[in-house]
Amino acid sequence: MVAYLEFEKPIAELQARIAELRSTADAGSLDIESEVSKLEAKSDKLLRDTYAKLTPWQKTQVARHPERPHFKDYVAGFISDFMPLAGDRAFADDQAIIGGLGRLGDRKVMVIGHEKGDDTASRIRHNFGMAKPEGYRKAIRLMELADRFGLPVVSLVDTSGAFPGIQAEERGQAEAIARSTEACLALGVPMVAAVVGEGGSGGAIAVAAANSVLMFEHAVYSVISPEGCASILWRTGDKAAEAAEAMKVTAADLQKLGVVDRVVAEPVGGAHRDPAAAIAALGAAIGEELDKLAAKKPTTLRAARRDKFLAIG
Amino acid sequence: MSWLDSVRKKIPFIAKRESPDNLWHKCPSCQQMIFAKEYEENLSVCPKCGHHGRIGPDARFDQLFDGGVYTLLPAPQVREDPLKFRDSKRYTDRMKEARAKTGEQDALINARGTIEGFKAVVGVQDFAFMGGSMGLAVGAAFVAGVQAAIADQCPYVIFTAAGGARMQEGILSLMQMPKTTVAIAQLREAGLPYIVVMTDPTTGGVTASYAMLGDIQIAEPGALIGFAGQRVIEQTIREKLPEGFQRAEYLLEHGMLDMVVKRHDLRAELARLIDYLCPGKKAA
Ligand SMILES: [Zn+2]
Repeated sequence: MVAYLEFEKPIAELQARIAELRSTADAGSLDIESEVSKLEAKSDKLLRDTYAKLTPWQKTQVARHPERPHFKDYVAGFISDFMPLAGDRAFADDQAIIGGLGRLGDRKVMVIGHEKGDDTASRIRHNFGMAKPEGYRKAIRLMELADRFGLPVVSLVDTSGAFPGIQAEERGQAEAIARSTEACLALGVPMVAAVVGEGGSGGAIAVAAANSVLMFEHAVYSVISPEGCASILWRTGDKAAEAAEAMKVTAADLQKLGVVDRVVAEPVGGAHRDPAAAIAALGAAIGEELDKLAAKKPTTLRAARRDKFLAIG
Repeated sequence: MSWLDSVRKKIPFIAKRESPDNLWHKCPSCQQMIFAKEYEENLSVCPKCGHHGRIGPDARFDQLFDGGVYTLLPAPQVREDPLKFRDSKRYTDRMKEARAKTGEQDALINARGTIEGFKAVVGVQDFAFMGGSMGLAVGAAFVAGVQAAIADQCPYVIFTAAGGARMQEGILSLMQMPKTTVAIAQLREAGLPYIVVMTDPTTGGVTASYAMLGDIQIAEPGALIGFAGQRVIEQTIREKLPEGFQRAEYLLEHGMLDMVVKRHDLRAELARLIDYLCPGKKAA
């Protein structure tokens, strides 16, 4: 049973009606069954139609859906023999960014990504996917390790942004993000990044300056959250929908702008309605991108990455 | 500097000085009234309390380059309003206003000249131009500044001042973070120093990219420097922020800067650094 979003209310109502019919005394009767299947068809069509034309603000809500797959689900789904590696060797192990060695198919890779957590305890442990400097410094360490041993880097981006806190500032949040972006750009191994949920600002780009940037169909990627943009430019967070629209945060828009290289389709109704299918689709797409880059020399990979970001504009 | 440059540069100042509103400057820190001419002659530093006021590219270049002589680099051409953005106002209208107010094309201006005889390309971000925000034009100007430095075989010195990325250019402004980072890598490979001078305020995506990647990190006294805005932090953690939080001295104490340098000493300190890092590059 999925948690319905506000804009899915008509679908939720149809589903409630179906459940109600099924629980009536006459359940199993021909009349009821034909009514149920009619309603099911109507509900499926409504879901399909709704998701075919989600507004940027609706996509933002889908991208943040609590049941949407997270880093650990993707790793469980398409990475085998995962060996998590911890710590920045300077201050702490930040659980908002997780990383480690693993195999995608028969490719040995370094996987890094934000983890938001999926219940109260894990959300707190992962700080809702909002990394602190030690998280970015762990990412840097793992990228440099991958580079030295010729392992391609795969990053999964899913964060509302880097954590805004006193200690994070004290320890150099800005510097950590800048260095992490720099580390991505310096790699002599292939790097494939996928925006799987929210790509929030500097906290996202720090692990997304990749050769190939993928994005899920209903993920969002932006320079500031729609709420943040609205509160600054419209002077009210209530205008988040307008801000999301104006900033062009969707995968389709970002592909047009040349920021995203490949959009990965999601199951009807979003990744959270069929996580297994979504995870498999992403794993396959990342694998294909890695294979395209596999034979390239370090200098070529580095130069291609640089040229790509120099050319965006 | 060409004759045209020098005239162009002087006109706005003459106009300003004639207006009686501008005869006096009220220090935002100590609230004292200072004779505007005295304030300007003191490099826009309050003679009473030492508060460093915000200054734009013209004043900065004048103060920094030998004899106030320099050549402006042309502003790179970029796509205007790539997202056709509008909030309560059109982005194109906000741009028009900012251009009229500052007389500049966008928020980052480069110039080449000498500092105590050492060649340098200097970029100055203008907070008066839409909060110094980083969009396509700022990114392109940064890259152009670095390229000029490589061509001249001299350091690139950037004076940062920005509220962050330019929201009206959406994701394209975020992409200026990796873009400027690539330029810095190229400067480094050319064996040339990249010197950052952070001025008040430097926050957001600018801090989290080129402002924090200097070979040498300098800040002016009292400058606000950070990643997250203070209001955002307060709302997130629901705590009062410590005294002096995110100020230059605080960053120095936390290891994020090499030095805090008073505006009056900047020229000499930059020249000393360039002499160490980029010797033999003294202009004829
Ligand atoms: Zn004062």
